Amino acid sequence: MSGILDVVSAVLLLAGATSCLLGALGLLRLPDLPARLQAGTKPQTLGVLLILLGTAVRLEFASASTLILVVLFQMLTSPVISQIIGRSAYSTGTLRRDELVVDELAERMREDGDESGPPAGPRPS
Amino acid sequence: MTAVFAVALGMLCLAALLTLVRLLRGPGTLDRVAALDVLVILIVAATAIYVAIYRDGSNLPLLLAVALVGFVGSATAARLVERWERHR
Repeated sequence: MSGILDVVSAVLLLAGATSCLLGALGLLRLPDLPARLQAGTKPQTLGVLLILLGTAVRLEFASASTLILVVLFQMLTSPVISQIIGRSAYSTGTLRRDELVVDELAERMREDGDESGPPAGPRPS
Repeated sequence: MTAVFAVALGMLCLAALLTLVRLLRGPGTLDRVAALDVLVILIVAATAIYVAIYRDGSNLPLLLAVALVGFVGSATAARLVERWERHR
């Protein structure tokens, strides 16, 4: 029985590590920020999911609750992080707006009154 | 089994190296924020493999803590960049 579990966890761990590696490779090779955000979040989340699944199998699901919590947390936060970074890139001009095919953020920012007052903290010199 | 762990850890180290290159080369601050977030995810993955190797669930909460800190850190950094770089 334990032979099968070992094989399953080995396959899961290797698949997860490969997915993480491909994500990092994409992060390096892709041309601009939005593409890198894609590579930085999706394969990494899949990689962590597979690795944690492999760990759970290897621990015979003894402490699977924490692992499931980490996986869920990772799957929830990755999209939020890429959305925040994308929005920040959009408003600081890193993202070139003329290249955008669909631009729904422009009027939403105007609706928000474009709250871009001077930052509260000390300005970096 | 140890060969599997060695290969998996090796791949994660290579991924961390590639992320480090992006961290150093990244033209904008936001590339660096994204690279740091990927680095945190790799740390979580490497810790999970360590747990798998020695079968001790003692540092599992560490996984959760690192994931939490990584998320909050990246979100705050991105928001800060948004507020400060606009005035340049």
